[in-house]
Amino acid sequence: MENKDSTVKLVGFWVSPFVQRVRWALKLKGIEYEYIEEDIFNRSHLLSELNPVHQKVPVLVHNGKPLPESFIILEYIDETWKHNPSLPQDPHERATARFWAKFAEEKLFGAAWIGLCSEDDEQEGAVKSSIEALEKIEEKLKGKNFFGGDRIGYVDIINGWISYMLPIWEEVASMKIYDPMKFPAVTSWISNFREHPVIKEEYLPSKDEMIVYFQWRRKVLKGTYPPMFSNLVKKI
Amino acid sequence: MATTTTSDGKLLGLWASPYTTRVQLALKLKSIEYELIQENLQNKSELLLQTNPVHKKVPVFIHGDKPICESLIIIQYIDDTWTNGPSILPSDPYDRAMARFWAAYIDDKWFPLLKELGGAQGDEARASIVEKIFEGLVLLEEAFVKCSKGKALFGGDNVGYLDIALGCFLGWIKATEIMTGIKWLDETKTPGLVGWAERISSDSSIKDVLPEAQKLVELYTMSAGLEKGASN
Repeated sequence: MENKDSTVKLVGFWVSPFVQRVRWALKLKGIEYEYIEEDIFNRSHLLSELNPVHQKVPVLVHNGKPLPESFIILEYIDETWKHNPSLPQDPHERATARFWAKFAEEKLFGAAWIGLCSEDDEQEGAVKSSIEALEKIEEKLKGKNFFGGDRIGYVDIINGWISYMLPIWEEVASMKIYDPMKFPAVTSWISNFREHPVIKEEYLPSKDEMIVYFQWRRKVLKGTYPPMFSNLVKKI
Repeated sequence: MATTTTSDGKLLGLWASPYTTRVQLALKLKSIEYELIQENLQNKSELLLQTNPVHKKVPVFIHGDKPICESLIIIQYIDDTWTNGPSILPSDPYDRAMARFWAAYIDDKWFPLLKELGGAQGDEARASIVEKIFEGLVLLEEAFVKCSKGKALFGGDNVGYLDIALGCFLGWIKATEIMTGIKWLDETKTPGLVGWAERISSDSSIKDVLPEAQKLVELYTMSAGLEKGASN
């Protein structure tokens, strides 16, 4: 037993894909934790204390110390609980894993989110960018069960949102990014990920609740996004 | 003629890019020999396009036949690979996490503000960005106090991850001070950072790697002039 308060707490929001990553990471390591739901639209003092810089979820609290940002939490978990490592041991493979996680977050997640929150030219540009990113991810996944090979790992956890949340965004925003016919390796990966014995036992927000939530977010955020993509779309 | 061994590295970069400087700082700290290849972004080399096909950006560090991209990822690779020298990242997992957190903050939130300032239209827009830059510096001051734990650098006694992650921008911070007349690092507001900046700028293992502020000003002025010329 560790000498300090060794309990693990996760402060989260029910639908956050960032929080979901931490749930999966903790579950894959078999780490018990206390989950604290925080209404991010009605924040308590807790979030201001634990994450004063960004005031966002997730925050992991371990040994009484708070840690924000899903990417950083995932690496911390891997370094602290060394069994079932999610990052490769080889330095070059680690660098490659970190590269692809960052790429997918910036180019796919970032663009798809803008697609969710926009329409017309903006959305068209965002969808185009998302598809380009997904094509690179498809290449990366060819011939593999998971991003790292045979075992589930860091990049799979980071990208897990694709397997359950991307279709919701596509439906809500009437956009098409992931076409199973065009992305066979991604399709195979989605199936491997969702069927992984640990992943499939873990909590996921319900489809109906997600649709209602993201319909509301789209309504609120539409048109508030700074134009990023309209210059990529050729105007006829 | 020198033969290539597995400890040889090549760095594709730009002298004025703080992200290239970052990697050079890490390589210097670990006493790693490498060949610096200056890229021309208007005419990217075959090597760059091959080694970073996804982003086609610098820096790229090539170790043996393996390319690594993205400055912070390269630094962690260097730290993971050359383990007999001083460690760049802290050894404690929590301290490592906080170092990563602040490096991400600098890259994602703080430095983009300095760039935004260059393109700001109108006094109100400029004033708003200037305020945000100062707010960010106050946060970085707090980070410095926490991470340094009373010592001289973010890394404590030795140059560490955050010293590199923020130190690489010192040239541009000074250049922006010269161009705007605004003193970003001010003893009355962020005394810890002022002291830290002085130490980093005079550290023998670092100072030769940091680009000179005046040269950066000249480069900026020249490119701004070229852009104006091109748009006419």
